[in-house]
Amino acid sequence: MKPKKILGANEISTILNRLSFQLIEDHSSFKNTVLVGIQPRGSLLAKRIATLINNYNKSNNLKIGYLDITFFRDDFRRSEKVLKANSTKLDFSIENKTVVLVDDVLFTGRSIRAALSAIQSFGRPLAVKLLTLIDRRFSRELPIQPDYCGTQVDSRLNEKVIVNWKENNNEDSVYLIKNN
Amino acid sequence: MENLSVDNLLGIKYLNSNDLNLIFKTADNFKEVINRKIKKVPSLRDVTIANLFFENSTRTKLSFELAQKRLSADVVNFSSSGSSISKGETLIDTVNNIISMKVDMVVMRHPSPGASVFLSKNIDSCIINAGDGTHEHPTQALLDAYSLIEKIGNLKNKNILIVGDIMHSRVALSNIYAYQKLGANVTVCGPKSLIPNDIESLNVTVDTDFINALKHCDAVNMLRIQNERMSESYFPSVREYVQQYGLNKSILDSLDKKIIVMHPGPINRGVEITSEVADSDQAIILDQVENGVAIRMAVMYLLAAKLK
Repeated sequence: MKPKKILGANEISTILNRLSFQLIEDHSSFKNTVLVGIQPRGSLLAKRIATLINNYNKSNNLKIGYLDITFFRDDFRRSEKVLKANSTKLDFSIENKTVVLVDDVLFTGRSIRAALSAIQSFGRPLAVKLLTLIDRRFSRELPIQPDYCGTQVDSRLNEKVIVNWKENNNEDSVYLIKNN
Repeated sequence: MENLSVDNLLGIKYLNSNDLNLIFKTADNFKEVINRKIKKVPSLRDVTIANLFFENSTRTKLSFELAQKRLSADVVNFSSSGSSISKGETLIDTVNNIISMKVDMVVMRHPSPGASVFLSKNIDSCIINAGDGTHEHPTQALLDAYSLIEKIGNLKNKNILIVGDIMHSRVALSNIYAYQKLGANVTVCGPKSLIPNDIESLNVTVDTDFINALKHCDAVNMLRIQNERMSESYFPSVREYVQQYGLNKSILDSLDKKIIVMHPGPINRGVEITSEVADSDQAIILDQVENGVAIRMAVMYLLAAKLK
């Protein structure tokens, strides 16, 4: 199967702007709201959105952190590969804050389940929201849905969604490929 | 994805430099975890680990147990005093009995060199050597190297000096292997009677002049004089040993550069090093202890990934 392009740079830019405005609408000053990117793939998205929000608000109030969920995953010792960890960087308290978890693709929901457990090691948030660029609907294995969603994609289990960011791959794009 | 090349941790000898770096990289992540408010992750919640200590230990035992608990593993402890060992049970029987209770991993300290290698050949379980007699103490060497890298960066071409009872020290042998696999040059120093005859076959330099050896090193690991392993006298008196091989503040200050001082513990204050040196800012002895937990978490996490 030829990779199928789902989103191009322009569409991604429009979506990121919309998601930022949705967040601004709900959290205005971001005094009690923090963005937490799920490592490794949610971090770039979180950074992009934080920049857009900061530019609009003309401030640097928005706190952003990165959460690694490796040690909280439920497939350790159940898959062939070793789960390799990334770094966690949360320099602020999340106690009584609204945490917006950010990830690029929502698929089975298991990563988000792990993130929900992992975030508790850092305190008790007031609320946890979920933002994803791609929602692969109909493939959920857990009752988890996004609060802020870029776009929904219908895909089969043997397909994979690849998100490229210009910081890493020279272009912003999203492809659907067949997973071998 | 990378994986360890071994299924057991019997000694540093059996690891390659990729293994070492993978363990260090993973330990970085665990170090962050144990500095959180809630220092626990659920990774090993379906793994049961037995700590078998046939020899006394404070630090290593505590460190392993803490690491296991931080990983949410189930832990059973065993020490040889008050056990069936005194009724004449063999090591293989003891361990097989414990494994029959569905234990996935065995951490063992034993007074006989090679005990963990012997065990790994005879039983089917993951074994971590927590010190076997005068042979190896791999997790100690890992945490030593990790702590040193944290202070002075990449060990490539760095000069590391190990001082003291090289002959009876399992820390020395594991350290030599670890530092060499990381590209460092190792020198050993101590009374001739405490340096094995064929040590040069390990590609280490021998220097019996303590001050001269110190001048050429970036870091020094001061080993403990192990009275419990010495059946005879290896040097005339402790006082003479201190005069020749004890590290004090004035020696340290007389060197051109600030070297790092390490000690695997337990310290004989006033013998290998003076209190002043042990508590100085050049000593990283307590960093070593802190890193020990992170290193052991990394080792058990990576080995657990290979459990069948």
